[in-house]
Amino acid sequence: MTKPAAQAGTGRGRIAARFAKLKAEGRGALMPFLEAWDPDRETSMEILRGMPGAGADLIEVGVPFTDPMADGPTVQLAGQRALKAGGSLAGAIGMVREFREADDATPVVLMGYFNPIMSYGVERFCADAAAAGVDGLIVVDLPPEEADAMDSAATHGLDMIRLVAPTTDDKRLPMVLNGISGFIYYVAIAGITGTRSAESSALAEAIPRLRKHTDLPIAIGFGVRTPAQAAEAARIADGAVVASALIDTLAKSLDDQGRASPDTVSRVLDQVRDLAKAVRAG
Amino acid sequence: MNQPLTNSLRQGPDARGRFGQFGGRYVAETLMPLLLELEQAYEAAKKDPDFMAEWRWLLKDYVGRPSPLWLAKRLTEHLGGAKVYFKREELNHTGAHKINAVLGQILLAKRMGRSRILAETGAGQHGVATATACALFGLQCVVYMGATDVERQAPNVFRMKLLGAEVVPVTSGAGTLKDAMNEALRDWVANIQDTYYCIGTVAGPHPYPQMVRDFQCVVGEETRAQILEQEGRLPDALVCAVGGGSSAMGLFHPFLDDKDVALWGVEAAGRGMDTKEHAASLNRGRPGVLHGNLTYLLQDESGQIQEAHSISAGLDYPGIGPEHSWLHETGRATYVGITDDEALEAFQLCSKLEGIIPALESSHGLAQVMKLAPTMGKDKIIVLNLSGRGDKDIFTVAHHLGVKL
Repeated sequence: MTKPAAQAGTGRGRIAARFAKLKAEGRGALMPFLEAWDPDRETSMEILRGMPGAGADLIEVGVPFTDPMADGPTVQLAGQRALKAGGSLAGAIGMVREFREADDATPVVLMGYFNPIMSYGVERFCADAAAAGVDGLIVVDLPPEEADAMDSAATHGLDMIRLVAPTTDDKRLPMVLNGISGFIYYVAIAGITGTRSAESSALAEAIPRLRKHTDLPIAIGFGVRTPAQAAEAARIADGAVVASALIDTLAKSLDDQGRASPDTVSRVLDQVRDLAKAVRAG
Repeated sequence: MNQPLTNSLRQGPDARGRFGQFGGRYVAETLMPLLLELEQAYEAAKKDPDFMAEWRWLLKDYVGRPSPLWLAKRLTEHLGGAKVYFKREELNHTGAHKINAVLGQILLAKRMGRSRILAETGAGQHGVATATACALFGLQCVVYMGATDVERQAPNVFRMKLLGAEVVPVTSGAGTLKDAMNEALRDWVANIQDTYYCIGTVAGPHPYPQMVRDFQCVVGEETRAQILEQEGRLPDALVCAVGGGSSAMGLFHPFLDDKDVALWGVEAAGRGMDTKEHAASLNRGRPGVLHGNLTYLLQDESGQIQEAHSISAGLDYPGIGPEHSWLHETGRATYVGITDDEALEAFQLCSKLEGIIPALESSHGLAQVMKLAPTMGKDKIIVLNLSGRGDKDIFTVAHHLGVKL
């Protein structure tokens, strides 16, 4: 069996460069997630700008969608707040464009569902996202069977990052890994985001199984909440994605009208700092 | 009989689960292996004579099939045009067509070794049918229902509970059918080992649109045999309401290759097709991806899904089965809209003229028949799929007529 090469021929290189650098440093990556425009553009822009300084190695920006079928209540509510504030796919791209004015090194990945992309126009979206400085895409509801819908991504130098789940068996893995670049997003649990966490033993078994099929870096997401869990995921794999735990902190900081309070940004970034410290300590 | 021909319109979907560009499997990777397993299990089951015999036996002795094809004489005279027949799915056990596909799917779930059954429901008919089948086979049943619908369909909620099902009110979004389907999909992905998701319509990821259609085709197959027996020829037009579109697909599909049979799908136009409150995905939506399939959807300019509106909870869905999108684009079927008020009028007329209280869903189809029949000669024949009975709707209708019960 041939393993897809780590550089796979696509990607703008920020993601590959960042993982190579971290590998040289001998540690895994922290990838915090934020929902674009949650609870408003200005607040989420401030969080995005502050993340690299707080220790984010890569950043995932969630694109709000009315029907996020793989997400639990925490991300659903974040999406609803973002939509209410006027968030959209175009809005998320705009945030990345602004972020790039000051940061040309931290990789940014857009994560969302296919319908807003289809509505925007796949080709136009890929061109605009690449021009804004987006490095990779995770389209949750595009399994390999439907992945040709995003063929334009590679021609614009965007890494297509695909999900691998506990339900993905060895027979299916080569197909899932075919044609991807950037990194692999390992969904730690069979379930939705923000609900439960995987057992360490399950991860310790799943990640080496995955490594037999690929040289690409592997990030673990779904159910990674605490600094200890993030450190463990980054140690077992190459990176840890933390989403719902950060959104919970943001949600708790809002006033009773759902508006940001003066400490919303600092509370989220403090949590990123704690996570980063644990990941760096290994 | 009715084997698809080489150039048949009945051959879909293709290997990717598509009807033209519509359909497919737009789900997270976690669900994908389950869909492949389901597809294999279904393909094997439908070739297994024992499986099909058990399903046919249930349809006959438990559901009460075949359902009659009734010549609605007084309605025909009243409309003064084409002869109107009702395919009386409302006489089925549980009061609607939904039970046909539910029994097929529950037998499949048993065959796959699943003991916990999920369903989403709008009007409650599919939830009641699923709860019924689960009671019959001693399976655990969880029904997701939008909180708005729980309120407006109280009798069906009580029915489901009587049958032993757990009814989970869904408060996300607008609390209707779309949101119930999201929750059911989330439950399924978290409980894959023992759970089967019994979808109530011809939508969702492949193989659901095909599988539900195949089971519902019993409606059209019976209609075909019955009209040939009673009239010695095929009808000129078939009419059926479409929400997700399972009753319409079941009626239409066996007639797709009969070019002289006109097919009319009736969308809920709510407060008017040109207001924002309707459920007319084909007439006012555009193609997009929701609930695992590519199909016509009500959505805003940035691809966010919009809430549908209809007086009928069963039609209150912003999408439609992918095969209907294909029939719409190819022009084989014509899709029109009927408003809440027109449906209410048809509901009352049918009750008074035929002694049949139709479901509000079916009343949309009937309202289209009321427009169509007078424009056709007396030698023409229309068949309406009277897909459900209206007992569940009397509270809603009374409310709209200003009557306090």
